[in-house]
Amino acid sequence: MRLPVKKTYKLYVGGAFPRSESGRSYDAEGANVARASRKDLRDAVRAAREAFPKWASMTAYNRGQVLYRVAEIMEGRRAQFVELTGDEAEVDAAIDSWVWYAGWADKLAQVLGSSNPVAGPYFNFTVPEPTGVVGVVAPEEPALAGFVARLAPVIVGGNVAVIVASQKRPLAAVTLAEVLATSDVPGGVVNVLTGRKDELCAVLASHMDVNAVDLSGADDEREELERLAADNVKRVVSNGDGQSPWHVAAFLELKTVWHPIGV
Amino acid sequence: MTEIEKRQDRSPVPSAFDYAPAPESREIVTLEDRYDLFIGGEWVEPKSGEYAPTISPSSEEPLAEVAYAGAEDVGTAVEAAGEAFEDGWSDITPAERAKYLYRIARILQERSREFAVLESLDGGKPIRESRDVDLPLSAAHFFYYAGWADKLEYAFPNRKPKALGVAGQIIPWNFPLLMLSWKIAPALASGNTVVLKPAESTPLTALLFCDVVRQAELPPGVVNIVTGDGRAGAELVKHPGVDKVAFTGSTDVGKEIQRAVAGTGKKLTLELGGKAANIIFDDAPLDQAVEGIINGIYFNQGHVCCAGSRLLVQESIYEQVIAKLKRRMGTLRVGDPLDKNTDIGAINSKEQLEKIKELVAAGEEEGAEIFQPPCRLPEKGWWFAPTVFTNVAQSYRVAQEEIFGPVLSVLTFRTPDEAVEKANNTPYGLSAGVWTEKGSRILSMAQRLRAGVIWANTYNRFDPASPFGGYKESGFGREGGRHGLEPYMRFE
Repeated sequence: MRLPVKKTYKLYVGGAFPRSESGRSYDAEGANVARASRKDLRDAVRAAREAFPKWASMTAYNRGQVLYRVAEIMEGRRAQFVELTGDEAEVDAAIDSWVWYAGWADKLAQVLGSSNPVAGPYFNFTVPEPTGVVGVVAPEEPALAGFVARLAPVIVGGNVAVIVASQKRPLAAVTLAEVLATSDVPGGVVNVLTGRKDELCAVLASHMDVNAVDLSGADDEREELERLAADNVKRVVSNGDGQSPWHVAAFLELKTVWHPIGV
Repeated sequence: MTEIEKRQDRSPVPSAFDYAPAPESREIVTLEDRYDLFIGGEWVEPKSGEYAPTISPSSEEPLAEVAYAGAEDVGTAVEAAGEAFEDGWSDITPAERAKYLYRIARILQERSREFAVLESLDGGKPIRESRDVDLPLSAAHFFYYAGWADKLEYAFPNRKPKALGVAGQIIPWNFPLLMLSWKIAPALASGNTVVLKPAESTPLTALLFCDVVRQAELPPGVVNIVTGDGRAGAELVKHPGVDKVAFTGSTDVGKEIQRAVAGTGKKLTLELGGKAANIIFDDAPLDQAVEGIINGIYFNQGHVCCAGSRLLVQESIYEQVIAKLKRRMGTLRVGDPLDKNTDIGAINSKEQLEKIKELVAAGEEEGAEIFQPPCRLPEKGWWFAPTVFTNVAQSYRVAQEEIFGPVLSVLTFRTPDEAVEKANNTPYGLSAGVWTEKGSRILSMAQRLRAGVIWANTYNRFDPASPFGGYKESGFGREGGRHGLEPYMRFE
């Protein structure tokens, strides 16, 4: 009888898969999963910040193609995800979520931006721009589709993410990180931390180099987390369920530019 | 001009650079001897029984025989498209429709070189252009519109958009695959089915596209390709089963089509000719501006509806610009389209070459001064050297009529007002170029020029996200961008 080689579930930071610097793990879904520390989270934010200029300056078309590639690679691993989640419909929804958001990359400016008819001889236009590093606390359920639903709208618009996975069911997120690592997503654009939310969420919400947070997966202490977020005026985003370009818009700044018209 | 500048601009073009041939291999392309029509997902012999060869314009070599659809064939195709629309294409979820289009985009990327070589072979354009411009843009067009397929309610908030039905689409020979993409991508994304008629002289990439359709597993009848000449196009336009007509081509034919659909209720978009003004102000960075002029008129042999075929140069810099322009023209390489060194390829057909020659002769007769750099043209094939006319008056035929070849007409102006007036003095209104360092002047010119596409400090830039189309007799309707969906939709 052949003994299977068991998988080690690590963090995904800066495009690599390190263990927690704390050396700790915790028991989830029958595996020892890396238990991220506050230092891991700070390292992740730094990796994200480093990756931001390149990701933000890629053409929207290019970003859209990368997200579509994530869907391609995930489709190739469909069987593995179905085994992990036990739910075919959830896996299909997650893959299709990537495809849906991929198509928005080069259209956001057309729907969210505008040229504004000011009352004077000026050309005035408003363009959306990514806000920067976004912290996300993924919902506990559904572990895969919920994770993708929170992550895709963050990065399609050019932001980079530090995302805390479902605490009870983290394996799908780590497997998805493997997909990201092989889908032309530059290292550091997405950083996935597994561990205990009560050790990580407050650090994320109070981190001074995080520009926005999506706390939808943080059930406890929402009020405290939102108060911590105020220290550097983070955008606290509460997107509802489903998918929408407004979920993307929540993580974008708007820049308005004036230029005179004349000879 | 200083002495140094004068000397630099008049120096002879260095002949020390003799480029070794750098041919792109033809082997990647497999040509059939004969192609039929692609209707209902199958290859179907034309009831007309007619076939004719498609010729490589750089060698006059017949490449393959292609079917010429008759009235009955066009009818069969329209019926197939109608059936596909009723039974399935409009029923499948928009998200699934998007996935078909994404597949097509990805397959075009995968087979990019094959298509580029075929395009240059069949149409005569340099491989550098088909490889670096036509193919990437074609794939990008499908990718962009794939993303809209399941997001139409955001493109038209509150309007409940619905597909029209069957789109009859007729495309020209200057960017065969790219024009196919501009037509098919938005039509399919918005839920329509199509019957597309490629140009008579460039059917091959459209026919190879049918293999992409097969690989993408597109449901039969969603895309139908009927090759043929103007007769097939006329049949398509007047067929009652066609709900929408989209045409890119000459203004004369566009007017005929507009007359043909009058009173039928069919939706129509036209993308027609142009005689764009490329306007250079005295504060423009001159070397960049000269590159812009060259690109504006000699890119794709000048077979471009939005070509900058009229150079409007501010009087104070006239001598300098012309000297730089003529020198730069001397470095352009005319030759084998499949050679990677080639700048200017073959003229697309014998007919087009005759038209160019006729208009150039008219230019000389009317009194314009002609310049062509010394150019050794190949023996076989159809070629025309890059040409510039100076001393051109507004009323000359070479200033008013679209030549659609590598021929530039130069006029001058003194003030911005004069530039605007001269630029707008044409029944066309497709595009214009403005070269100046002053931002406010760019915006002021953009505001006053009656053209659908304005390029400032650049030229011939295209993107699937950027709406393209004309004013006045250059046509109506836009292709590209969110606005490019509208012609293919109806609203409650």
